[in-house]
Amino acid sequence: METVRLGAGAGYSGDRIDPAVELARLGKLDYLVFECLAERTIAIAQQNKRTGVSEGYDPLLVERMRAVLPHCVANGVKIVSNMGAANPIAAAIKTKEIARKLRLPGLRIAAISGDDILEHMPGNYRFLESGDPVKVVEDRLVSANAYLGAGPIVEALHEGADIVLTGRAADPSLFLAPLIHGFKWDTSDWRLLGQGTVIGHLLECAGQLTGGYFADPGYKDVPDLAHLGFPFAEVSADGSALFSKVEGSGGCLTRGTCVEQLLYEIQDPSSYITPDVIADFSNVQIEELGRDLVRVTGGAGKPKTDELKVSVGYHDGFVGEGQISYAGPGALERAELAQEVLTERLRSYRLDELRFDLIGVNAIHGQKLSPVASRPYEIRLRAAGRANARETVAMIPREMEALYTNGPAGGGGVSISIRETIAILSTLIPSELPKPTIHFEES
Amino acid sequence: MLLRDIAHSRTGDKGNLVTITLIAYRMEHFALLEREITAERVTRHFSEIVDRPVSRYLLPHLGAMNFVLHRPPAHTVTRSLALDAHGKCLGTALLAIEIPGGPDTEQARENR
Repeated sequence: METVRLGAGAGYSGDRIDPAVELARLGKLDYLVFECLAERTIAIAQQNKRTGVSEGYDPLLVERMRAVLPHCVANGVKIVSNMGAANPIAAAIKTKEIARKLRLPGLRIAAISGDDILEHMPGNYRFLESGDPVKVVEDRLVSANAYLGAGPIVEALHEGADIVLTGRAADPSLFLAPLIHGFKWDTSDWRLLGQGTVIGHLLECAGQLTGGYFADPGYKDVPDLAHLGFPFAEVSADGSALFSKVEGSGGCLTRGTCVEQLLYEIQDPSSYITPDVIADFSNVQIEELGRDLVRVTGGAGKPKTDELKVSVGYHDGFVGEGQISYAGPGALERAELAQEVLTERLRSYRLDELRFDLIGVNAIHGQKLSPVASRPYEIRLRAAGRANARETVAMIPREMEALYTNGPAGGGGVSISIRETIAILSTLIPSELPKPTIHFEES
Repeated sequence: MLLRDIAHSRTGDKGNLVTITLIAYRMEHFALLEREITAERVTRHFSEIVDRPVSRYLLPHLGAMNFVLHRPPAHTVTRSLALDAHGKCLGTALLAIEIPGGPDTEQARENR
């Protein structure tokens, strides 16, 4: 193949579907890639699968496939996605059913399993964030999913898959795999894998490359943000890539959007560790060739490590929350009085943590960074607290609501919630521990 | 002038880490950013939020630098009680830093 065109169809589980349809119709793509698994998404999917709330695959799988499949088949576009989440095989079966209903026969759909290592999670591995061994949360574990690399996806494509559905895989690997497959890249050519990882990293958040999460009126203006288009990359066999978006779609693709996304969620740019390579972003060149046309070259790499990252999800109690508004003269004083009253009323409950915010004053950047230049006309008091028992945190919304008749004057618009927390911590395991498998369905 | 006049930022998160990228609108302002927006200054700016010194990585050919902020281990995205549990709004707090000299705001706008 001379070039491979990769489109980004989603940057997270709930992402907008119209831009993906636009790419499938008009992007002249070879592959449409949907990245839909944030750190916590898979733990929630595992929990939903276990409790029978859902099958465990992406909640928008059906809607997305229905919308893009006819265009993908008409235009010869293959699909790669981690929408398999906690149940790739069920996702493949569902996709087969959708394809049959749409009268699209003969599609080969691969499901890649093996990232779920909950049953084999060794308790002596230590969490990267806290240094504690995994066994401290052993009785509360919900999920343990290893970040698989491009390897199994490449194999599925090699075996003729039109659609590949994975569980947890490293985000850039979803994009790197079609490049390895299409160009027959040597998987020990660390420069190519590094450059392919740069391309994947730029695409994996979809609209964040084309002007999403970018607009700052008067400073960084983005045309037609409402109709934001998603990006694609036309990649050559040497790894150089031209990034653009569908003509007429909203947004913009510039040096500025590309540099912001290149370093997004990166720590040391010379050492971005994935299951496939240690990518080096430090000499990446970004050139604007024209309107919404950017060339990216210069990604490099070093040999991969012999470990894989695992996201471990565990039950971490409950969070109770409540909010109330005060407005007009004395709004701040009444909100502060409400906070004092709540602090006193909640004192006797065994909350592990309790936090108050004055929304509009100091809730986001904290006390030190928030200037108190003027008295706010209106203000919203928020209380949030954590405990192991649902009944305990339930006292926060109850006491918040009670401020109507038992608190300062003029409070209104109370909102309350209680949610279960599934916390995520990470650990490293030997690369050979997970045993990926590929299962095929055909429509 | 405000840092916002000559640079833009994006914030990301990983567990209890927050990463902030700072990018000069114009390459010639990178030296000023490099001199003024040191890791020490960013650590002081976010002293209420971080629990150890901020790291800084430079990419001069892109006019960009990357900061890594460590929040206390309890402040992971999934666990934090904060309204902005990710810390996604922190990059705009960086742009509020005052820096000396350079162009005035009108001039800076033309510079972008």
